[in-house]
Amino acid sequence: MEFLDPPFMQRALLAAVLVGVIAPAVGIYLVQRRQALMGDGIGHIAMTGVGLGFLLSTSPVWMATAVAVAGAVVMELIRWYGRTRGDIALAMLFYGGMAGGVMLIHLSDTGSNANLTSYLFGSLSTVSSEDITSICVLAAFVLLVTLGLRRQLFAVSQDEEFARVTGLPVRALNLLVAVTAAVTVTVAMRVVGLLLVSALMVVPVAAAQQITRSFKVTFVLSVVIGTAVTLAGTVTSYYQDVPPGATIVLLAIAVFVALTLLATPLARSRARRSEAASEECTLEVPASRPAPDSLRV
Amino acid sequence: MPETGSTTTDPVIALRGATATLGARPVLRGIDLTVHRGEVAALLGANGSGKSTAVRSAIGQVPLTGGSVELFGTPLRRFRDWARIGYVPQRTTAAGGVPATIREVVASGRLSRTKLGLLRRADRAAVDRAIGLVGLADRAGDSVDALSGGQHQRVLIARALAAEPELLIMDEPMAGVDLASQEILAATLRDQVEAGTTVLLVLHELGPLEPLIDRAIVLRDGCVMHDGPPPKALGQHALPGHDHVHPHAASEPVRTGLLS
Repeated sequence: MEFLDPPFMQRALLAAVLVGVIAPAVGIYLVQRRQALMGDGIGHIAMTGVGLGFLLSTSPVWMATAVAVAGAVVMELIRWYGRTRGDIALAMLFYGGMAGGVMLIHLSDTGSNANLTSYLFGSLSTVSSEDITSICVLAAFVLLVTLGLRRQLFAVSQDEEFARVTGLPVRALNLLVAVTAAVTVTVAMRVVGLLLVSALMVVPVAAAQQITRSFKVTFVLSVVIGTAVTLAGTVTSYYQDVPPGATIVLLAIAVFVALTLLATPLARSRARRSEAASEECTLEVPASRPAPDSLRV
Repeated sequence: MPETGSTTTDPVIALRGATATLGARPVLRGIDLTVHRGEVAALLGANGSGKSTAVRSAIGQVPLTGGSVELFGTPLRRFRDWARIGYVPQRTTAAGGVPATIREVVASGRLSRTKLGLLRRADRAAVDRAIGLVGLADRAGDSVDALSGGQHQRVLIARALAAEPELLIMDEPMAGVDLASQEILAATLRDQVEAGTTVLLVLHELGPLEPLIDRAIVLRDGCVMHDGPPPKALGQHALPGHDHVHPHAASEPVRTGLLS
């Protein structure tokens, strides 16, 4: 366990585990609402925050959080009011955010393309102890929301109209999901980078649901997968000279493929079992009639 | 639980002069619709007649451009007692983007009776009871993805029943439902009505629910054409799957247009 010795690795592993837990915990609600790519959009918008942080010489992480939260709220507002051409408006927001970030970093004195790359693709080895503090605080907030309000968020993400008629504050809950997703994006930014954030929110959930039947088990399993791939990816990148963000995402996709292959025979055997069950039912009906062999000559 | 001993003249739903538009098209052109306690009312009409919009506006899902809505005597704007209403939206599936069991989906219908979303033992019992009412007790732990169309509809109805509502609002609960499920749904509804639940149904045709229905409101082009006892389907009209194509004189709109 020599990889645990250097302090930068301890920080990197802690950050990676926290992201491995919270990204699927938020992502599952986005997947449930069929908005799997929302995290990607927020990641694009957060770029402007990073650029703004460089330009104003403040913390890029907190600036990215602020801009991502604002962007996520605007996306929710577009979803309410601009039903007709909502997708176009969202596209403007995504690409505007990305282009704005590149422009602002270019204009700043401290920012450079190397800096930009570290936010786009993550830079786990440079996580500082201040970063760890903010990551812990933000992760605690995300966990509190996604676990504490799981029944309400499940209901809203499953059927929004029905949730409104049960009296749930649907708009507030949707905003909360958007804000939580934005916070997760900026936390995960240091680990996998803004361009790959969405993968960690979506792929573990997609992998888990290949073999699960309930929401509860899907939630737990996707968090387990998320944690496992972020840990494994971080450790791999310590021994081999490979980028941790890309390693983590590729590992997650490998888990998805493995579980999909595993699920096919599983689904087949389940189908066979339910077929066998229905056969039992049909056999009961002829039992009340004369036995078939008595009809034979 | 439905209160007993209350007068049957209590309006549970009251729409007055309701108008609504979708885009630029007027969908409701001044509808008066009152459903009294204990009544089973069916809203009938052809596609695009506004029956779904009328029901959805009554529960605040479609904004009205004019007129007023009252639920249990309270203006919709101030109505907060949502646990008294069980709503079955028009859906072909109960599934979302992530696997969920029947029990998980039905439990979301209980949230209106809980504080902070905590399910106590009584809440869990109510959820199991609702699943039992639609005949899916032995499948409560199964994923809703594995269900047939009729079973999806039964899950949606169990979800509405989980809060033990006084008023059930169902938007085309029989659409795409196989005969076996239709009969189970009709039996479930009969039990609810006997227990005193008020029901407002949107239906394409009366079908197996016909004996339960006290009153039929027929809409055409966003106006109420008929409000009274359900029209009796006669001869060929009563056959399931009967396609109603021949034209009718405007003087007898009641018996007609229901199956179109």
